[in-house]
Amino acid sequence: MSKFQINRRGLIKSGAAIGAGLALPTIFTSSARAYLNEPKGATVTLGFNVPQTGPYADEGLDELRAQELAVQHLNGEGDGGMLNTFSSKMLKGNGILGKKVQFVSGDTQTKSDAARAAAKSMIEKDGAVMINGGSSSGVAVAVQGLCQEAGVIFMAGLTHSNDTTGKDKKRNGFRHFFNAYMSGEALAPVLAKAYGADRRAYHLTADYTWGWTQQESIAAATEKLGWETVNNVLTPLAATDFSSYIAPVLNSGADVLILNHYGGNMVNSLTNAVQFGLRDKMVNGKQFEIIVPLYSELMAAGAGANVRGVYGSMNWNWQLQDEGSKAFVKSFGEKYGRPPSNSAHTCYVQTLLYADACERAGTFDPCGVVAALEGFEFDGMGNGPTLYRADDHQCFKDVLVMKGTDNPTNEYDTLEIVEVTPRAQVEYAPDHPMFAGGDLGQCNSGA
Amino acid sequence: MLGLSKKDRNLLILVILLTLATPILLQPFPEGSALAQFNAGYPDLMQRFAIYGIFAIGFNILFGLTGYLSFGHAAFLGVGSYSVVWMYKLLSYNVLPGLILAVIMSALFALLIGFISLRRSGIYFSILTLAFAQMSFNLAYSVLTPLTNGETGLQVYTNDPQVLMSAGSPSSPHFFGIVMNESAKIDVGGWQFTFSNGYYFCAIIAILVFYLSLRIFRSPFGIMLRAIKTNQTRMSYTGLNSRPYTLAAFVISGMYAGLAGGLLASMDPLAGAERMQWTASGEVVLMTILGGAGTLMGPVLGAGFIKYFENIFSKINDNILHTWFSALPDGLEDAIVFMLHPFIGKGWNLTLGLLFMMVVIFLPGGLIEGGTRIWNLVTGKNKKRGVPGKAKEHHPTPTPHVN
Repeated sequence: MSKFQINRRGLIKSGAAIGAGLALPTIFTSSARAYLNEPKGATVTLGFNVPQTGPYADEGLDELRAQELAVQHLNGEGDGGMLNTFSSKMLKGNGILGKKVQFVSGDTQTKSDAARAAAKSMIEKDGAVMINGGSSSGVAVAVQGLCQEAGVIFMAGLTHSNDTTGKDKKRNGFRHFFNAYMSGEALAPVLAKAYGADRRAYHLTADYTWGWTQQESIAAATEKLGWETVNNVLTPLAATDFSSYIAPVLNSGADVLILNHYGGNMVNSLTNAVQFGLRDKMVNGKQFEIIVPLYSELMAAGAGANVRGVYGSMNWNWQLQDEGSKAFVKSFGEKYGRPPSNSAHTCYVQTLLYADACERAGTFDPCGVVAALEGFEFDGMGNGPTLYRADDHQCFKDVLVMKGTDNPTNEYDTLEIVEVTPRAQVEYAPDHPMFAGGDLGQCNSGA
Repeated sequence: MLGLSKKDRNLLILVILLTLATPILLQPFPEGSALAQFNAGYPDLMQRFAIYGIFAIGFNILFGLTGYLSFGHAAFLGVGSYSVVWMYKLLSYNVLPGLILAVIMSALFALLIGFISLRRSGIYFSILTLAFAQMSFNLAYSVLTPLTNGETGLQVYTNDPQVLMSAGSPSSPHFFGIVMNESAKIDVGGWQFTFSNGYYFCAIIAILVFYLSLRIFRSPFGIMLRAIKTNQTRMSYTGLNSRPYTLAAFVISGMYAGLAGGLLASMDPLAGAERMQWTASGEVVLMTILGGAGTLMGPVLGAGFIKYFENIFSKINDNILHTWFSALPDGLEDAIVFMLHPFIGKGWNLTLGLLFMMVVIFLPGGLIEGGTRIWNLVTGKNKKRGVPGKAKEHHPTPTPHVN
């Protein structure tokens, strides 16, 4: 190597050669594809992007189980689950459009960055035509944006913030899960009936986007029915000990505590509140009550006996007795030996809805799928008659009001259904102020 | 040439060749084969290799040369990303104004944080930088939401001003018309190679900043930084004030991190607060130590190693394992899958942790030391030269002449 020398002429020559070499490949590329990741072979690949590590890993793993089950049912393995109860009969158990369904999975780590990296790798490396999953709104909004830019369909998993189908809505993104506004509208009447219309509420709110929209929604809904909001205190997301936030509640004259927390936050704040004996207190001559607007089975299990008698809301619960829910709980239970969570349900349904939309559109082209899903009315998926509204890609369906079971009979019996709030009660106009400011834009097929 | 010694020039040429050929080198297995799972030659991951390589090169200027262990470098990464996305929102999707702003903003942040943190050294310095980074994360996550869009992450909306956008300009990040997410795919036999504009943009910047760091390593300034690492007390006894040097190193490495953050947002127009979290700061420390702190190439290797695990191992699931071992009898197949299960998918952190432990125990000099040992073995050089503690980087090398 000692003779290796570069003079200016040599540098220019080799530079030109390298440049030409790099430019060469562009000659061969064709732009003949109709849309991004068009499945050419006998299979089609779906991408399941769920948190496998981090705070919501339990939710994510349950979602992944449900997604695997959905793939089995689409390919005609197992007992078919909700395919038998779904009102649309396009899915025959022979894959999607005759192509066998394959899936790839990725780890979102409940971080927007990691989620986008995982989704990108599924799109760029594995050729996924659809991304499904997610267990937090931040991730859902981030991945939804990515899918819009890339040109694939995003079927959101567990995301409850108003923004997902509000100011951050995208043409290529769809949400089956309910949202914070619906939680508020469903809960408020039940709360007014159970606790009276002249309550004074104190809010503890997780200090980030979801917490704020949840607090705003439930405060608006309860105030409409006569409740007074005494105070709203924002708690840092990383907080694990809420004692210092709970002590002032007792002196505020409030008689209801609303915990706008999710996941580990909720488990800790509820446990603290119960340990402080809030629920045994009498304030203003009324029994002190605690409310958790958004429930999940895994959180309820984490909080143990503390959830007993506490009201909250859910998208779906395994105890529902309609045909669709029973079919899903049966096949999930047979495969995994446990009842599915509501995040598992939403991911399962989203996967089937996507497959069905492809069948009805006759193509995997995202623009065709978008058209097939917009304004789609269906039934038999566990939530009663459901509409995918074209204006914002939000599903409208019944919402469950739940209460912590007083006398649980087994380890999965943590919550009981108090009321199935009919869809009409939780509907809102697409330009509702809590959802304003977004724009679906144009569908993108990545061509 | 370029003010480099012959050895350094060869190193630079090697780096350039490796970087430019990455899309081919990372795609060793044909499409459709069972091992295609391990291919890493897709644009997003290659871009991450280059970007985190830049991040680690910059971190190494501080940690590798002065020995100051900063646990807060992710803050600069985040600042860089937010700067770029804000430039998209205000001006247009051209990445250049954003990248310039990213470097300037991160330099200002580094100046401020460094000025305060560098009053202490050792563990106290680390804790101070960690505190600043956590503060930045919490600010970005909730308090400064109007500026950062909080948990959801900063994105470009259709109603943003974008004053420099004209009708024909691209609607995704570009560099004077070269659109980042466009790529050329060529099929050669069973292989498919993806040459992405975004990757080559990052790669060229990475080569430039690698050259810059090479010059810093070899400069009198670099020697001064090494002196600080060796014995700061003795330096001050000789009447030298070391703080301007450490501050300069801190600001330079902060600018590298800001540039890396800016590039992340240039490839993918989103800036999230998680980029500033302490785990991200810890990651770059791991990258540098894994690859070999204080070596030129080490941090880049470490960055590639960690990103590879994060993106490839986390995607292997039980189904894929079953297809690999489907030739075996059922019971054996299930047993093997059961044994491997904890190490793949959600267990990628565990695998990475085990490998990290092994590297630290058996190769204290990082992956670079492993490479050196293999090289010595192949060329039959005296084994003693590869012995830890006597590695070359721990001995003063004669100062090369700088043109």
